Amino acid sequence: MALSFQDLIFRLQEFWGRQGCVIQTPYDVEVGAGTMCPETFLRVLGPQPYRVAYVQPSRRPADGRYGDNPNRLFKHWQLQVILKPSPADIQDLYLKSLRHIGIDLRKHDIKFEEDNWESPTLGAWGIGWQVMLDGLEITQFTYFQQCGGMDLDPVPAELTYGLERIAAFLQDVDSVYDIAWNPPKRGVPSFSYRDVRHADELQFSVYNFERADVATLWQLFELHEKECRRLLAEYPSGQEPAEKRRFPLLAAYDQVLKCSHLFNLLDSRGAISVTERVAVIGRVRELAVGVARAWIDQNVAATFRSPSDTSPSEEAVIAD
Amino acid sequence: MPTSEFLLEIGTEEIPDWMIEPALASLKLQLAQAFLLYHKSFMDALNGIRLDATPRRLVACVPQLPSKEPDSEEVTVGPPRKAPQQAVDGFARKLGVTASKLRVQTTGKGEYWVLAKRKKGHTAIQILSLELPHVITAIKFPKTMYWTGKNGPRFIRPIRSLLALYGGRVVPFSIAGVKSAAYTFGHRVLGKPRIKVTGFQQFLEELKNNGVVLKASERREKILAEAARLLAAAQPEGYGTLRENPGLLNTLVYLTEFPTADMGQFDPAYLELPEEVLVTVMQHHQKYLSVSDAAGKLAPRFIFVMNLDGDSSGAIRHGNERVLRARFNDARFFWETDQKTPLRDRLPMLEHVTFQSQLGSYRQKTERNVALVRRLAAFVSQAPVEHAARAAELAKCDLTTELVKEFTELQGVVGGLYARAQGEPAEVADAIYDHYKPESMEECSPRTPAGALVALADKLDTLAGCFSIGLKPSGSSDPFALRRAAQGVVKILADHNLHAPLPELIAAAQPSGEAAGQLLEFFLDRLRYYLREVRGFRYDEVNAVLAVGAQDVPDAIARCEAVRQVRPTSNFEPLSAAFKRVQNILRKAGGVGQFPGEPDAALLEAGAEAELDGQARRVFEETKESRDYEMVLRRTAELRPAVDTFFDKVLVMAEDERVRRNRLTFLAWLLRAFTRVADFSEIVVS
Repeated sequence: MALSFQDLIFRLQEFWGRQGCVIQTPYDVEVGAGTMCPETFLRVLGPQPYRVAYVQPSRRPADGRYGDNPNRLFKHWQLQVILKPSPADIQDLYLKSLRHIGIDLRKHDIKFEEDNWESPTLGAWGIGWQVMLDGLEITQFTYFQQCGGMDLDPVPAELTYGLERIAAFLQDVDSVYDIAWNPPKRGVPSFSYRDVRHADELQFSVYNFERADVATLWQLFELHEKECRRLLAEYPSGQEPAEKRRFPLLAAYDQVLKCSHLFNLLDSRGAISVTERVAVIGRVRELAVGVARAWIDQNVAATFRSPSDTSPSEEAVIAD
Repeated sequence: MPTSEFLLEIGTEEIPDWMIEPALASLKLQLAQAFLLYHKSFMDALNGIRLDATPRRLVACVPQLPSKEPDSEEVTVGPPRKAPQQAVDGFARKLGVTASKLRVQTTGKGEYWVLAKRKKGHTAIQILSLELPHVITAIKFPKTMYWTGKNGPRFIRPIRSLLALYGGRVVPFSIAGVKSAAYTFGHRVLGKPRIKVTGFQQFLEELKNNGVVLKASERREKILAEAARLLAAAQPEGYGTLRENPGLLNTLVYLTEFPTADMGQFDPAYLELPEEVLVTVMQHHQKYLSVSDAAGKLAPRFIFVMNLDGDSSGAIRHGNERVLRARFNDARFFWETDQKTPLRDRLPMLEHVTFQSQLGSYRQKTERNVALVRRLAAFVSQAPVEHAARAAELAKCDLTTELVKEFTELQGVVGGLYARAQGEPAEVADAIYDHYKPESMEECSPRTPAGALVALADKLDTLAGCFSIGLKPSGSSDPFALRRAAQGVVKILADHNLHAPLPELIAAAQPSGEAAGQLLEFFLDRLRYYLREVRGFRYDEVNAVLAVGAQDVPDAIARCEAVRQVRPTSNFEPLSAAFKRVQNILRKAGGVGQFPGEPDAALLEAGAEAELDGQARRVFEETKESRDYEMVLRRTAELRPAVDTFFDKVLVMAEDERVRRNRLTFLAWLLRAFTRVADFSEIVVS
């Protein structure tokens, strides 16, 4: 019996949990990709090691197809894994995770095909592959090089599993809507992806393409942008570490995510003109880069215990 | 000097397939650069290098690398033999030895005290362990990464293993925390992860036993042989023939360590979709080789290549067929969705598609293209202008279709297919279909005059626009593919035999300011490239032809062709030498421009001069109108004996000034009269 959608998630979480990952819950603000969650975007900055895995529903309004297309979704589920720094056996670990969800590598064809990832809105890019399983792209594998416009050191590895695709593959169904979400129980048939998500796809396609009020979206965009700018301007850059530590940069970052999502909505509504497009991406990017810079500064402040017990090495970190 | 085998394997995570062959070439170059610092025998040994690679390993083997450099003697010359002892002692002291270590040596200037120091040569292991870390990290890749932090090395993908043996012994060094060792690794699934290596032959054996076909040519042959077997299997009728695609085949060769080909099928119902779409999905997106049926049409089959030794359960074939089905369903869905909004209704949507921020949207570009088609129509006389203008109007509309958003490489093609499906005239549909062509020098130009006209307008508008806002290509950076666009213009003019003067084409596209001049230069460069690299004319032939006119592309080609034909005839090169002589004489006398008009026949000397004048005039009169350049050149070449006699018998710089001036005017006239096809003085006489 092939894994249900939820069992697939459980298995992957179990696997990465055993590799020392924090198993997080999905972030509760709309994002276009798991990379945008603070658990990735902010955690990859700075020197602290981190390992985390989480499922993230990722919204791409322009990809909506009213629930008609068997493979295209406005909102799809990613399983995002961050290993920072990337261990030397990362590819082997990844292949083991495939075995853990029941893929026999002796009977299936795996290829790592060049695919570099870039997000202009996040000022982020990395080098890596799309992982192909019998001709199907199932994972994006990236060594992050830059985020928020800054070089990353250490280099994190990011694995992004496309959960619907993998589930459809395992269950051998041609439409994501036919995926069994949970296993059947005696007398209770399983619920399908259609049962759980179809209305979501249909209604949000209608909203995103037809009903969203452009003027309202622009207003919202500007409000969130303004709030983010205000916070960034108030960040106490020259102040005491204690002041910095309590500053709500995470709240500022939520505003960035709101802006990014609103941009995507406006885009799918066809409301972004030629001249505006690049400029609006630039505005979101500026916010993201601003938060990232402040975040690094705040991180240094957070590792700073008190002036009396500062060791020389920590001073060096601060000086950098 | 004894030699031993040097074996290097750089084990990495998967290197992008298209970078692997250049990486091997770069590895060899880096080794050569490193060996340059050492004894010549090391560089010589590189002649025997063998290079191989898979996605996970770059391998170099030098079968006979010297075990060490020969020792050498370093001689420091001191004072002359007759110098006082004090000076000799001082010399020895300066070098930190006693005078007893010195000896007398005879040099070209006499006898001197010298110190000879033996310099021990480096051993191969010393050289290799010192140089390899740099050699490896200096391999050139188009894009590199770091993986052990910013202070670590950069490479295309992380280095995970280093095998380095000289004569079976490990060459010690390390990169990014990976120490060199005597171990390799097998295929991810088919092999062992750690295998002891003693030498190249045993290394090859072990790789073979562990699921790695090291030689690219063997992998290629394996794929082709298996594909052929699969296709022949359905005898008597056969499944068809493989459609050749060397680029894709090479990709498959470098995506696999152990390639195995297998055949999949798809529902023939999908064959209702245009073949272009199906083939793009299979080749570009799924990396499948496509198959033709007996009639040459696309067969509902495909060859896929796995990185494994087989598919006994059929799961891999099933998976690939499933993905292809999903892709085809997508394509069909896009095709059907796109039909709901015909191309003509998509024009306003182009407002939202940026061409270039300063040059506006595709809507604006479309308007410019249409206007330019009308302005250029005079140059493409057979083109139906209204059809071409209609095609230009609709040509970019497919950028708003789902199919092109998904398969961007099909832009233009999709527009053409939709135009046909939506009842546009065939001329219009074909012109849209072809208007990005030629995208390379191997690809054909647009098939029809209307297509040529639309393609010219589109490219010229892009060129004029980009040059006008300062977006010129520089070095390897050419983000708007302007070189390709200009090259395309040249090829279209050539293929369609369009005698449109380049400056007028450029002017029609209305570049601003200095852009027109820069564009003309740019086109001349492209024309020169086309004549040399694509048409294979020799550089001096191209120089000779372009020196007397480079505005009309087909005319320049015809003239190059004529020079190439006539060049081997006996009179041609000597005549070129004579023309060079004429030019030199005139240059010394103040330049050709100083001697306008025709010579005064009365002042010509009877004999050689009058004879040459008579012959030259006859040839000139007979050839001056002709476009049969080969005939013109042959007739011109026949003047050679008369020219030779002239130079033998006649003194150009005569004492009588009037005669001298007349003679120079005669030579200048000759030069002007006979350099209509090519400037002979540019020909390099062998």
